[in-house]
Amino acid sequence: MKIIVCIKQVPDTNEVRIDPKTGTLIREGVPSIINHDDKNALEEVLKLKDKYEDVHVTVLTMGPPQADVALREALAMGADRAILLSDRAFAGSDTWATAKTLTAAVKKIGDYDLIFCGRQAIDGDTAQVGPQLAEDLGIPQITYVTHLEVNGREVKAHRALEDGYEVLTTKMPCLLTAIKELNEPRYPSVRGIFEAYREKQVEVWSAKDIEINLNETGLNSSPTNVRQTFTPSPKGQGMILEGNGRDTVQELLFKLGEKHLI
Amino acid sequence: MSVTILIEKCRGCRLCLKACPFDAIKMEDGKAVINYDKCTNCGACEASCRFEAILVEREEKEEVKDLSAYKGVWVFAEQRQGKLMFTSLELLGEGRKLADKLGVELSALLLGSEVDGICEELIHYGADKVIYADHKLLQNYTTDGYTKVITDLINEKKPEIVIVGATNIGRDLAPRIAARLNTGLTADCTKLDIDEEQKILLQTRPAFGGNIMATIVTPKHRPQMATVRPGVMKKMEKDENRKGIVEKVDVKLHDEDIKVKVEEIVKSAKQIVNLVEAQYIVSGGRGLGGPEGFKLMKELADALGGVVGSSRAAVDSGWISHDHQVGQTGKTVRPKVYIACGISGAIQHLAGMQNSDCIIAINKNPDAPIFSVADYGIVGDLYKVVPMLIEEVKKLKEQK
Repeated sequence: MKIIVCIKQVPDTNEVRIDPKTGTLIREGVPSIINHDDKNALEEVLKLKDKYEDVHVTVLTMGPPQADVALREALAMGADRAILLSDRAFAGSDTWATAKTLTAAVKKIGDYDLIFCGRQAIDGDTAQVGPQLAEDLGIPQITYVTHLEVNGREVKAHRALEDGYEVLTTKMPCLLTAIKELNEPRYPSVRGIFEAYREKQVEVWSAKDIEINLNETGLNSSPTNVRQTFTPSPKGQGMILEGNGRDTVQELLFKLGEKHLI
Repeated sequence: MSVTILIEKCRGCRLCLKACPFDAIKMEDGKAVINYDKCTNCGACEASCRFEAILVEREEKEEVKDLSAYKGVWVFAEQRQGKLMFTSLELLGEGRKLADKLGVELSALLLGSEVDGICEELIHYGADKVIYADHKLLQNYTTDGYTKVITDLINEKKPEIVIVGATNIGRDLAPRIAARLNTGLTADCTKLDIDEEQKILLQTRPAFGGNIMATIVTPKHRPQMATVRPGVMKKMEKDENRKGIVEKVDVKLHDEDIKVKVEEIVKSAKQIVNLVEAQYIVSGGRGLGGPEGFKLMKELADALGGVVGSSRAAVDSGWISHDHQVGQTGKTVRPKVYIACGISGAIQHLAGMQNSDCIIAINKNPDAPIFSVADYGIVGDLYKVVPMLIEEVKKLKEQK
């Protein structure tokens, strides 16, 4: 079984800076991690690898050269092959263009049975790239996966709803997106880390390598544009009640009572 | 697309060498030469050349669609088991405003099997028209079935705006449709508006983990698509005298179109935390210091007749389950009273609760941003303040 896991290196969202000219995120110099949901996707696939003998796991990411670190971590966790899509031409892609770029890369990889993504990345929170990639590849999708069973070519998954879940079945090849409830990601072993840096390679592919049409990737090809960014204005200072004793609590409840809020 | 250097115009000034991000230009015999193994056709060199010696041929983008052919606002009316989702009413309220600003028709798009009863409800809440696709294969949501029917309808009828609720189903469906139509999609918007001059949709959403707000446009593609956060928009008052048209459409859908089968739909047995409809919410954050702090939150919530919420930090720390989370990646709420305990007030959290009628913040740090949105603030140790508050609330309730 050949599996591709799409991961994203994301900035620690507490330390974000924005390019005031383009309104896009400045990724350089911000501490980075593998996106949480993506790690759940990788973990689930590694569990399949633990269980079956013929599982081969490729991790794929699009990002700047320093995304190498995220791929090394994925290799250390147990992935077999790592590919970094890195090219200035990809920069500023929205979800449509990102999906097109990943599609081109998946086509170059060739054979696959399963693609696993995280539901959404913590820096964008869109949850769009997974389904858009599935559509561009023309394969079925199951999003918000909380439980997975694989039986030959058959995939059975639980998909989270707001008030329960659905049990869905489909056939490979297909694309799944993982959420936190799916599993608890493993830590890399010491041997894994050693191998990831000493024995395994990260392949770097450019726009040319994946033969993507340049009007399908990057800022200028993206259907959506950021027109403006701003910090939301607070609704205006309220009243800080003096002290923190019982008087204060009583005063608070009195004020709520006045406004018929309690 | 290709880059060519016109040798006769090149003066050998080397400016393009500096401009190239890929180190793909070098000098040979005093003239610039492109190394096509490295060149990505980015065009950066063209702008740097002062002698018009670099020619970048860009493939003409596929002809820009005739945007004026696209008219009207559509709202996806999501139903589950024959029951309309509350957020669809919110979308109708918002869609109504957009349609009025543009001077166009508002249509609700309803897919299902024998859900005729919903049509009238949609009209009462603001739709001019209901586009109704009735088919037994549309009874339950499937990505494949719904995507096919909706993209076919969009291609046929050409709406300029399509909005979808950002539910677990909406967020599965909308990207699939947008990708098939090759148009833009903006996720999880908290504000929509129309640019009066260009007549295009302004889609505002929290971005980068809720650290900033971004207004996003889709200038050259149609329809303009957005998903909208449940709980943010306001529904209209129901007007039973409103009149509208129901247009039943033909559905061409076969079993084999649906690649993912629904075997079972399981309703959660565990009690659902109904944050969205709660009147009182008591939320805890990192300042609780540990999971046991939520017992105190629960006690206060019970005394008030409300429910427990939390910040993302507390959920990420594993102190409480995600269904309690309020904020950009959790629920958006607007209760009568919101009490934030030990929550610093990251924009990501504020995005989910700042429309509450009354916000009370209890925090040790007087500079915590939560105080900037609070109606009342108490600076102090929540483990001292909250137990007193519980006692006083109980006293008050007994008096009544």
